Amino acid sequence: MTLAPMYIQGIGLLGPGLPSWPDSQATLRGTTPHQFVPSVLPAPPRLPPAERRRAGAVIRLAMAVAEEAIAHAGVDPQTLATVFSSSGGEGSNCHSLCETLASPNPLISPTRFTNSVHNAASGYWHIAVGSRHTSTSLCAYDGSFGAGLIEAATLMHMNAEPLLLVAYDLPYPEPLNTVRPLPDNLGVALVLTPSPNDRSIAQLRVEPLPPRLAAPVDACADASLDALRTGMPAGAALPLLQSLARGLVAPRELVIDYLPHLKLAIRLASAGA
Amino acid sequence: MQRVAITHHTLTTALGAGREATLDALRSGRSGLAPKQFLDAGLQGWIGEVEGVDAIVLPERLREFDCRNNRLAWLALEQDGMIDAIAKASERWGAERVGVFLGTSTSGLLQTELAYRHRRPDGSLPEGFRYAPTQNTYSVAAFVTEALGLAGPSFVVSTACSSSAKVFGNAARMMAAGLIDAAVVGGVDSLCLTTLYGFNSLELLSSDICRPWDAGRRGLSIGEGASFALLERDSAAVKGWLLGIGESNDGHHMSTPHPEGAGAIAAMRAALASAGLAPTDIDYINLHGTATPSNDAAEDRAVASVFGTSTPCSSTKGATGHTLGAAGGVEAMISLLALQHGLMPGGLNVQTLDPELRLNYLRENREAPLRAILSNSFGFGGTNASLVLGAAS
Repeated sequence: MTLAPMYIQGIGLLGPGLPSWPDSQATLRGTTPHQFVPSVLPAPPRLPPAERRRAGAVIRLAMAVAEEAIAHAGVDPQTLATVFSSSGGEGSNCHSLCETLASPNPLISPTRFTNSVHNAASGYWHIAVGSRHTSTSLCAYDGSFGAGLIEAATLMHMNAEPLLLVAYDLPYPEPLNTVRPLPDNLGVALVLTPSPNDRSIAQLRVEPLPPRLAAPVDACADASLDALRTGMPAGAALPLLQSLARGLVAPRELVIDYLPHLKLAIRLASAGA
Repeated sequence: MQRVAITHHTLTTALGAGREATLDALRSGRSGLAPKQFLDAGLQGWIGEVEGVDAIVLPERLREFDCRNNRLAWLALEQDGMIDAIAKASERWGAERVGVFLGTSTSGLLQTELAYRHRRPDGSLPEGFRYAPTQNTYSVAAFVTEALGLAGPSFVVSTACSSSAKVFGNAARMMAAGLIDAAVVGGVDSLCLTTLYGFNSLELLSSDICRPWDAGRRGLSIGEGASFALLERDSAAVKGWLLGIGESNDGHHMSTPHPEGAGAIAAMRAALASAGLAPTDIDYINLHGTATPSNDAAEDRAVASVFGTSTPCSSTKGATGHTLGAAGGVEAMISLLALQHGLMPGGLNVQTLDPELRLNYLRENREAPLRAILSNSFGFGGTNASLVLGAAS
C-alpha cells in the first residue's frame, strides 16, 4: 500500500435502523438483527437561524453525521479540511425544481436553486463552523463513498492534515425513485488524522485495486444490513463500520465496492500498531 | 508541490470547437455570446451556446449516455487529437494507471428537466429515460472513462463554479501518492433550465451581455463548455505545466462571496505557495470575473491584496460566458493558450471601467512572453480554487 496511513478519531452514522454510531453498535456487531426503521433527520443546531430555515434534508443529514463525528473525535471543526461525497444531493429538491421547470413560465425559488448545487452540504457546513479550510464535493454514483475515501487518503498523503469525510445519500420521490431507487437516507462521517493519538480508534489504510487483484467484496452477514450496503452508495462503508464496532484484536483486511473496474482494499489495524 | 506535465489539451465553448477556433476568437476579440433563448426559456439575456451540440451522434457503443452534456463532452474530445493522445497515454502507462477527474455542476440534468415535461398519465418518466448515464452528477466521468477505455480511479468534482479547476488538484494528489501516472482532467457543463432560471431567480443574470469589470455590470451571461487536459508523470512533449493549486472555502454565505474576498485570498496564496512562486512571478491573471457586482468587487480587493494592482489581468467570460462547472477548466486551457502564444486576452464588453476597481484590467489584447499565469475560479457554497500554470520551456 503506497498511501500513508490515516487514523480514525471520530465516527458519525445515521440511516434506517442506524440512529447514531453508539446506538448502532449491537446491530453492527450482529448481536441484534437490523431493523429497517426510517431515519429521522434532526435540525442542524449550529447553523445561524436564517440558514437553518433554508436547510433542507441534505444539509440536515450531512451535518448530523458530521456533528456526531467531530463530537466523538473531540476536535475543533474549524481545524478540519473536508471531503463531502454523495451520489445525488437532495432528491426532493431536484424533483421540485424539475416539476416547476416543466410548467410554463416557471418561477423557481432562489433557495431551492442554491440548495441544488452538489456542494450545498459543504457550503453550509463551512458557514456553520466558520472554516476556510479546503473542501471538496465528489460524486461517483454508487462508488461515491469509495471516491470520498480515496480522495481523503490522497489529501492526507499530500498534506498530512486532519480532515472530515462525509458520505451521504438521500432518496428521490417519484417518479425519479423508480429510475434511481434509494430506500432511505444514509450518512457516514469519519474524522481522520495523519498520526495516532490517545483518541485514535484505528489505523486505516486504503488502496484501489482492479477486481482481478482484489479479494471478493465483503458483505454484511445480516441480510437487511447487506441490502443497505448494496442499495445505498454510502452503505459501502458498512463492512468497515462493522469491523470497527466489533473491535480489532488483529489487523483486518476488507474489500469494498468503488467503481465497476476498481475496488478498494482496506486494512484496519489498532491505532498503536 | 511537484509540478505536473500537461501533455495535451483542448476546449470547446461558444468561441468554437478546439484550440485554433478559440485562439482565433481571442486574437480578434470576438465574443461567442449572442442574444438568444435557450430552448423555450423565456428569459431575456445573452447565452454562450456551443454550435452543433444537438447534431452530435454518440458512437453506438456509448448510446446509453446520450444527452446534451455528454454530446458536448464528445464534441470536445474529438478536437485537437485528444482521443488519440489519451489512447497513447493509456498504452504507455496502462489503462489502470490513468485517472479521470472531471468537473460539472449539472451534468446531464437537462435530460431530466425535459423528461418531466413528458411524464406519462401515471406521473412516471417517459420510456427510455436513463438516470445513471445522463442525470447523475458522475455521468460525464463515467462516459469519458467508458469512451476512452480507461480503468483508473475516477470521480466528478461538483463544487459549482470551481469544479473543473479543482480536478487538477485531485489528479496531482493521486500522482504524488503514486496511485496513477496520468490523468484526464477538465470539465463539462451544458446549458439547462435549472441554471438559467436559477441564476435569474437570484437576480444574477444580466439581460444585457455580461460586462466584467464594467461600472454598469449587471450580472452574468451563462455559457456552456467542455475542456480536457492530459496530465502525465513525465513526457518529452510538454505543452505546459501545472505548477500549483490553492483551494479554500469562504465559510461566509451560500451564494455571495465574502466582501473582502478572504477565502479567495487564501486560495491564491496557497496556489503561489504550492508553486513556490512569489506574486511578482505571475505575468497575467485570468480572473473569475463573472460580471456580477459582488464577485468583481470582492475579487478586485482579493487580488489587490495578494498581488497589488499592477499585474495585468482580465476575465474571459465576456467571450465564453460563464460556463459554470466547466469554467475552471475552460480558463485553464485559455491560460495555456496564452502561455504558448504570449497572448494576454483583453476583457470584452467593457464600456466604462468601474472606477471602484483598482486592478490593471486589460481591455485590449496584449502580447508578451509569459512564464506563469494564475487562474481564479470561485463558486456557490463559498468554494475557491486558484491554479498556477507555467509555460512549457
